[in-house]
Amino acid sequence: MPILEVSNLGKSFGATEVLKDISFSLEKGGSLAIIGSSGSGKTTLLRCLNFLETPDSGRISVNGEVIFDGDRKDAVSSAELRRKRLHFGLVFQSFNLFPQYTAFQNVTLAGELLAKERPDFKANKKQILDEIRQNGQKLLDSVGLAAKADNYPHQLSGGQQQRVAIARALALNPDILCFDEPTSALDPELTGEVLSVIRSLASRNTTMIIVTHEMQFARQVADNVLFMDHGVVVEYGAAADVIDNPQHERTRQFLENYSNT
Amino acid sequence: MDVVKVLFEGFGENLRIFALTLVMAIPLGLVITFGSMTRFKPLRWLTRTFVWIIRGTPLMLQLFVVLYAPGLVFGVPMRNRFTATLVAFVINYAAYLSEIYRGGIESIPRGQYEAGAVLGMTRSQIFFRVVLLQVVKRITPAMGNEVITLVKDTSLSRVIGVAEIIMVAERFTKQGLIVPLFSTGLYFLLFNGLLTLLLGWIEKRMDYFKV
Ligand SMILES: Nc1ncnc2c1ncn2[C@@H]1O[C@H](COP(=O)(O)OP(=O)(O)O)[C@@H](O)[C@H]1O
Ligand SMILES: [Mg+2]
Repeated sequence: MPILEVSNLGKSFGATEVLKDISFSLEKGGSLAIIGSSGSGKTTLLRCLNFLETPDSGRISVNGEVIFDGDRKDAVSSAELRRKRLHFGLVFQSFNLFPQYTAFQNVTLAGELLAKERPDFKANKKQILDEIRQNGQKLLDSVGLAAKADNYPHQLSGGQQQRVAIARALALNPDILCFDEPTSALDPELTGEVLSVIRSLASRNTTMIIVTHEMQFARQVADNVLFMDHGVVVEYGAAADVIDNPQHERTRQFLENYSNT
Repeated sequence: MDVVKVLFEGFGENLRIFALTLVMAIPLGLVITFGSMTRFKPLRWLTRTFVWIIRGTPLMLQLFVVLYAPGLVFGVPMRNRFTATLVAFVINYAAYLSEIYRGGIESIPRGQYEAGAVLGMTRSQIFFRVVLLQVVKRITPAMGNEVITLVKDTSLSRVIGVAEIIMVAERFTKQGLIVPLFSTGLYFLLFNGLLTLLLGWIEKRMDYFKV
């Protein structure tokens, strides 16, 4: 059973249909790259998965549990919404680190707040917090930023900030980690360090959805590639197939624009 | 020497108005901000109209309204002039502060809220743990201006008969002494100097991060 199943997802903003009948699935430990030109709906799709937008129709299931069903849009309590959200992590194009917290605090804050809701928090407070902090340190270490733990975001380069953002998202152990053009806001010389972090996550079988314009990266790292155009899935298949042998004219045209890069 | 003591006592009245207004207007302003930003339209409309009226009319006029309106409208005259002053000042400053807060809150990028949300934070956690300090940092300069304006505005209370420093200094002019009246400026200057230092210190305390 796939860890994520998206079927017939639709979303409009007013009269603009931004997502039309989007379906795909993702196996545990697998990674999916989403490619497509600007405005094709990639960000909206990730935002729907993370419940930053509510889809109009379709279904989203994680581990077999339906977490969104367009036919049964019951009012969801905010606690329920938060629980569903935590299946997913999201790394933003613009990092969105919290400026008043250090790199380390950025990574541990949400976990500490969530821990307070645990019934055993009062009894095991010290142990729980120690665990969260050790994990935070370990995660910063794994993105190569152990030495920057006490730096504030404005003291870090864009690439370092994005790596902190990745560690922050990983800290909550999401089932599926989503990246929205994680290197698009970076100077070219800084994209490498972020891509290599994502690459190492892939090698450790982190389940991921990566929206990217880095075609070579997508081909090497992703198992599957999904090409979107004007809100529809034009082509969806194994990474090497889609990128090396696109079946559709639109995919071919799109990839041609990236062939020199 | 008598003059200095009298002026000092008068200025004490200014400082009382100042301190009590701040203590009450700062939280009340936040309540007004929430009202002016609520998704419940009638309340939002009502709050914004209220703020528009308060900001669009002179504080001096508001002092008179607070002093006389209760007697005229409800038949319960406002006897205490100091209380009337406080009520008018708190309402007026809360309205101004609420707009500063609102500007500050609206200036925080959506991405901060969304980052908190995808990390499973509640709305109130996002506000208090993520957004608030950034807002405070952004609005401190504007708040500083309001605070210093408030110090000077306290002397407006003389129009409804509060014995603040300028009112007491004027009594000396009737005895032919003009210097006491002019010297009141020193009290304001000195106090505002201290406030400026304090505000600078507060801003420095938040220098460790950038928004
Ligand atoms: N909140 C919104 N309101 C209205 N239109 C939106 C909104 N968000 C995105 N859109 C529109 O939806 C389309 C897809 O946007 P987006 O998902 O950001 O595409 P991509 O990430 O592929 O560039 C665009 O035409 C965009 O203008
Ligand atoms: Mg996008």
